[in-house]
Amino acid sequence: MSFVPGQPVTAVVQRIEIQKLRQGDKLILGFSIGGGIDQDPGQNPFSEDKTDKGIYVTRISPGGPADVANLRMGDKIMQVNGWDMTMVTHDQARKKLTKQKEDVVRLLITRKSLEETVRLQLKSMLS
Amino acid sequence: MEVEVLQAPDGCEDVDEVKEVVVSTIEEEFNTSSPPASSCGRGAKTSQDDNWGETTTAITGTSEHSLSQEDIVRITKDLEDSVGLDCRRYFTRAVAVILGLLVFLTPLAFLTLPHILWPEKLQSCGTACEGLFISVAFKLLILLLAVWALYFRPARAGLPRVFVFRVLLAVLVFLLVVSYWLFYSVRILDSQDTNYQGVVQYAVSLVDALLFIHYLAVVLLELRQLQPCYSVCVTRSTDGATRHYNLGQLSIQRAALAVVENYYSDFPIHNPALLSASKSRAAKHLAGLKVYNVDGPGNNTSAGLVQSQSRAMIAAAARRRDTSHNELYYEEAEHERRVRKRKARLVVAVEEAFTHIKRMQDEEQKKAPGDVMDPREAAQAIFPSMARALQKYLRTTKQQHCHSMESIQQHLAFCITNNMTPKAFLESFLTPGPSLQYSRDHWRARQWTLVSEASVTSGLKDGTTFLLKCVDFSLVATSKKIPYIQMSEEYIDPKSHKFVLRLQSETSV
Repeated sequence: MSFVPGQPVTAVVQRIEIQKLRQGDKLILGFSIGGGIDQDPGQNPFSEDKTDKGIYVTRISPGGPADVANLRMGDKIMQVNGWDMTMVTHDQARKKLTKQKEDVVRLLITRKSLEETVRLQLKSMLS
Repeated sequence: MEVEVLQAPDGCEDVDEVKEVVVSTIEEEFNTSSPPASSCGRGAKTSQDDNWGETTTAITGTSEHSLSQEDIVRITKDLEDSVGLDCRRYFTRAVAVILGLLVFLTPLAFLTLPHILWPEKLQSCGTACEGLFISVAFKLLILLLAVWALYFRPARAGLPRVFVFRVLLAVLVFLLVVSYWLFYSVRILDSQDTNYQGVVQYAVSLVDALLFIHYLAVVLLELRQLQPCYSVCVTRSTDGATRHYNLGQLSIQRAALAVVENYYSDFPIHNPALLSASKSRAAKHLAGLKVYNVDGPGNNTSAGLVQSQSRAMIAAAARRRDTSHNELYYEEAEHERRVRKRKARLVVAVEEAFTHIKRMQDEEQKKAPGDVMDPREAAQAIFPSMARALQKYLRTTKQQHCHSMESIQQHLAFCITNNMTPKAFLESFLTPGPSLQYSRDHWRARQWTLVSEASVTSGLKDGTTFLLKCVDFSLVATSKKIPYIQMSEEYIDPKSHKFVLRLQSETSV
């Protein structure tokens, strides 16, 4: 998940679709995010590369929509509904996730274990 | 047990036995006078009989020409002291003068002897040689000034033992001069060397060597002890006032001298009146206890008796409900209050007194020639209005013997002359200053005794302890080595001071 500035980022991503839940007059997703280009990347406990300023999932409320959709804590969000999340500020990320007009968000997330899984699958396919 | 005391009319009969009772009462403990004309306690070691001497016929007075034992001791001590001290001082001075003359006259003798003894055989002195004359002259002048600067200073103290370094240097100088004379007499005088330039160079080399010895003297006597090596902690035995001084590598006697000189300017003056309170408290602790010996004379070994007595007294005192701490607390609070009240009155009185006079300006001098006073008269004029308050304050703080009326008026005149404020005038009374501040008879103790287990000419070491005794108190000094300091450096680039915000927001969506 580390990136070289100026080069395109390559990662193994997973598509997750979360249905927003209506709570009162708000639509919520049931998880918390941390990170952003205006934040201190060294404080992020989930990133491998401590200069990574991407948006990470820091908490999942159990039983919420994100939990149901198999989002895990520590996932890095690469895109939200087509919007890029790797180079945004914290507030921009929040806005993209909490648009009240949309009731479903499609995320592209990446995590370390995905790469392992893909590599294993390739090996078993090839051998 | 009972006491049997037989009364004998003429006081000289034997009595059979007396059972001893050891009683120590409150008032009569130190009173050895026996009750008048009543008992004759024979066999008791503490009682005396007044009537005993009246029936004897021998006369044991001292005649006019006899000396008692104390007189003899005193005279020999005086003799020893005066002869000993003067003898040593004169001896030292004589040695110094002889050595000085030897040192200065030797090069001149080296230069002039060939001219006197074999003038016709001598080669004439060329320009280089005459240049050397000038060099010898100036070097001797420099040596003279240097010796005057280093050695001809008034002695500050008389120390118990000789100063080892000085003796060593004197011996070295003496050996040097003697060895030069030996060489000169054998090689030049005996063989009547004709090369005068060689002789002059020889004399110049002697003066150079003497200058180097003088350099050695400066390093050993003056420079070596400047670097602080030991921290000496000095405590006064009577009231515990403590100061710390940093000294270099000195012998114990020189360190003691440094301590005494610093004592006069740093320690507050020793006031015996302030110690009487604790002494009276100490006397009250063991008072009021009576010890009775109920075992009789069979258990009479005196050491065991005294020990068991004192142990019994300690146990009894520990068990007794002692309220002296209570008294101390309230007494101190009361004293504090009294001192503050007197101080307030004093400050107001002095401030008021100072407003009565003012410094006369020059232009007023022509206008009012009547009541012009000099500082002493001005002081005498305003002193009576503050005298009472000042005296009461001094009595309360037990300082009245430190300041005489004359000294107070002198101090007041001094303050008026130098335009000091009332507060500046009062400062010397409100806080007890160092001993040098007071009049001469207060630091009359210029006779100090150095008590030390190690030899006083040996150097200070870590853990050396010595005692300086004077008449009223003693100073206890302990030395500790200043530790070796290992310092390392760390370089910080000024551009490396950079800061970022520590933000870690977490938002729930």
